[in-house]
Amino acid sequence: MSQNTTQSRGATAAAATADYLDQRTGIGIAVKNFARKVFPDHWSFLLGEIALYSFLVLVLTGIFLTFFFVPSMGMTVYEGPFAPMDGVEMSEAFASVLNISFEVTGGLLIRQIHHWAALLFIAAIVTHMMRVFFTGAFRKPREVNWLVGFVLMLLGLAAGFSGYSLPDDVLSGNGLRIADGVARSIPIVGSYASFLLFGGEFPGEVIIPRLYAVHILLVPGLILALVGLHLLLVVLHKHTHYAGPGRTERNVVGYPLFPVYVAKAGGFFFIVFGVLALMGATMTINPVWNYGPYDPSPVSAGAQPDWYMLFLEGGLRLMPGQGTEWVIAGFTIPMNILVPGVIIPGLLFTVLGAYPFVEAWVTGDRREHHIAERPRNNPVRTGVGVATLTAFFVLVVAGSNDILATHFGLSINDITWVLRVALIVAPPVAFWATKRICLGLQRKDRELVLHGHETGRIVRFASGEYIEVHRPLDEYERWVRVAHEPKRPVALLPAYDERGVRRKGYRRDALRARVSRIFFEDRVDPVTPAELVAAQAHGEHDALPSASAEPVGALPAAEAAVDRGADAHQA
Amino acid sequence: MSTEHSQSTELTAAATHRDVAGPLPERFENPGLEPHRPRLTDEDPGAARRATRQVAALFGVSVLGTIGVIVAHVAFPPGDSVASMRTSNLLLGAALFLSLIGIGTAAVHWAKTLMSDHEVVEARHPQKSSPEVREGAIAVLREGAEDSGIARRGVLKGAMISALALFPLGLAVPLIGEVGGDWNVGAFRHTMWKRGTRLTRDPSGTPIKAEDVTVGSAFHVIPDGLREQEHWIEEKAKAVVLMVRLDPADLKSEQGEGWSYDGIVAFSKICTHVGCPVALYEQQTHHLLCPCHQSTFDIADGARVVFGPASRPLPQLPITVDDEGYLVAQSDFHEPIGPSYWERLK
Ligand code: HEM
Ligand code: FES
Repeated sequence: MSQNTTQSRGATAAAATADYLDQRTGIGIAVKNFARKVFPDHWSFLLGEIALYSFLVLVLTGIFLTFFFVPSMGMTVYEGPFAPMDGVEMSEAFASVLNISFEVTGGLLIRQIHHWAALLFIAAIVTHMMRVFFTGAFRKPREVNWLVGFVLMLLGLAAGFSGYSLPDDVLSGNGLRIADGVARSIPIVGSYASFLLFGGEFPGEVIIPRLYAVHILLVPGLILALVGLHLLLVVLHKHTHYAGPGRTERNVVGYPLFPVYVAKAGGFFFIVFGVLALMGATMTINPVWNYGPYDPSPVSAGAQPDWYMLFLEGGLRLMPGQGTEWVIAGFTIPMNILVPGVIIPGLLFTVLGAYPFVEAWVTGDRREHHIAERPRNNPVRTGVGVATLTAFFVLVVAGSNDILATHFGLSINDITWVLRVALIVAPPVAFWATKRICLGLQRKDRELVLHGHETGRIVRFASGEYIEVHRPLDEYERWVRVAHEPKRPVALLPAYDERGVRRKGYRRDALRARVSRIFFEDRVDPVTPAELVAAQAHGEHDALPSASAEPVGALPAAEAAVDRGADAHQA
Repeated sequence: MSTEHSQSTELTAAATHRDVAGPLPERFENPGLEPHRPRLTDEDPGAARRATRQVAALFGVSVLGTIGVIVAHVAFPPGDSVASMRTSNLLLGAALFLSLIGIGTAAVHWAKTLMSDHEVVEARHPQKSSPEVREGAIAVLREGAEDSGIARRGVLKGAMISALALFPLGLAVPLIGEVGGDWNVGAFRHTMWKRGTRLTRDPSGTPIKAEDVTVGSAFHVIPDGLREQEHWIEEKAKAVVLMVRLDPADLKSEQGEGWSYDGIVAFSKICTHVGCPVALYEQQTHHLLCPCHQSTFDIADGARVVFGPASRPLPQLPITVDDEGYLVAQSDFHEPIGPSYWERLK
């Protein structure tokens, strides 16, 4: 080729490497298909990326820590630069964490980045899950990927708890003891579950090495495998996009993987890592040297677990203990622990994992969905989500009730009682309010589509009447607000068919019709073209000041606006 | 907003709706992609050059940051004090931040200003495979199954399933056998307290004379000889006790006749809720508070639960004094200490 001479050396070398690889792997096809894959752009799609990047940061910093951490409960006496612990007896695990913090240059930084990354990891998973939930992105064909993500969240919690326990300090030791207490409460197998965890009686000598294996091999290995599956499914399904001009159920609109998405996403990894580094540099986290090594006797008041454990802690705190320990035929069933520690989290997680299947059943919808819904356009789902988050939030607050009490000088008993009531009352209230707000927002959307933007321009008619000029939406703006399809409850076929035979499955259908009514009974439909035409005919002179109207300049709308459009609509 | 503008959009909107012949559509139609709006850097070569310089400068920040990490590593080791450790941490972290954030912002800025921002459309296809592919897949499977003869040779099917179902036992049995240590869950029932075991201070292990215990003071107690035990941490996790001397007039009840000595009461320190050490004693109210979930026990009244999620009183350790005046246990606890479990009362 004649251009060969003008091509740079680097380009020729790259071409040669590519040729070498392609001849041996046929990778060309994958590159060709993959490099131009389209990814839609929206801030809410970054949440999953944050989770992925904080996991990468965890792996990188975690590998650093493994070179210095000693997963052993063997006893040793500390001799090192941290004077207050000099000569104190402690496990080798705890001593190695002191060593990482005080003697390994950069060790403390990496430890703190690791811990902050863990908190961010789980926060990102939870908010990512909320995004998927509230936009209905779990609908067909993505139900399976919702399950993968759900398991990833559980694994994230397991990674966090197992890591938190590794330093073998007073705080984490008491955390383990609580876990032991909850395990023991399980009917029939509780004592054995406790022995299984600790290799005998609490605390034993194996829990740290065991958690270490769980923390650096089992759980990260599973997370890595499932993240791979999760992303593979994202590529197979192609990402959802929000309703917008040109976006349909049959296409995906966005930017190509190479170069735009690679640059943005790659850059974003470094930004997440950078922010975590800054946090590790400036914000102390888990200063175990202040807590001291684990000993079964002391405990510190006001100790807080990591945030993602607070809801369990809060549940344990709110449950009244009087009369909740049942003894049946001589066997003890401690409901005061089982309810908040096992039953409620179990139910909550089951419902969360199963939600896509529940909703698919309720709507009877078997179509694929690739346009993410605006949360307002599904008021009941959004309400259910907010109610669940409200319950979660009450439990988190309950998990910090002692901090609240000391901070605000309140009585802990009062706080506990208020939160007990709130746990029962707040979620339904939140559901109701959210649903109302969603319907209100939908009405506002209709309003805007029908009557346009307020312009703040006031005109006076010859008759002396003032009106505000409204500027209609252009078709792109409008489309975002009318793209969703109107929803209807599923219809119930009669119990008996034409021949008077009772239909099979009528009961199930009736239940589904009832739930479906809850979902879609109160609804606001998107504006139809006919409605728009009618509205425009009605409010003609709003938007088209006739010759008889005499502009009086721009009065602030609030002062003299007569919103004819709204009046007309309400009439 | 100018009048012209509002008029023209209104007119086009009206035109689209009114000039079409026939009835209006049921729903609006997707208007298609919005026309691309060029960015400053698309139109002004000067702006593009400026953006290029900014991206390069941000990569430069990263290089400086990395150099900073190396300098901080050499010049600011953690040293011997908490203060020098914090300085080292701060400088290393700040430099690492620059090193990372430089790359991150450079890449994003590059993508946003200099790479194409034309949206691309890719078609989606239904997730399921085409009918021909499905049929092909089923045919292949059927052929394979027929070839193996699994349907015709029932014995093989049964034998294979049994073998596969059983083989995990080869791994599971040894694992389950060992993973719980000696599996002796009966160990929950007892602690190392025995008749005559002295109450000693935690952690020093010095014995306590009854006369040294003043009214209102609380002692954290471990059994004498704890440290000589082979598994002293497990023993300690069960045997820790909190001991208080009350004014005998305040003592409303105790769990057993004569279990206290001259107003001195001793209770298991392991919470009956889920097992935290109950460590906060309030002298005026005689309340013992568990810091984990705030269960509150009244030790003047047999450690009755007055608030919180615990269901049962803390077990009381019967105590007395020996000939030398040291406090000793009369026996072990009369019930398992700590959280509840299935066979606790069996
Ligand atoms: C896959 C890679 C990972 C490795 C190799 C790793 C390794 C380690 C090691 C060795 C420690 C103990 C050292 C110390 O505390 O100073 C540790 C602590 C910890 N890890 Fe990880 N980890 C990994 C992933 C994770 C994940 C995915 C999470 C959480 C979601 C996590 C959360 C924690 C926490 C909270 C601590 C306690 C840190 C502290 O006390 O400051 N780790 N990790
Ligand atoms: S462990 Fe004491 S209140 Fe929960």
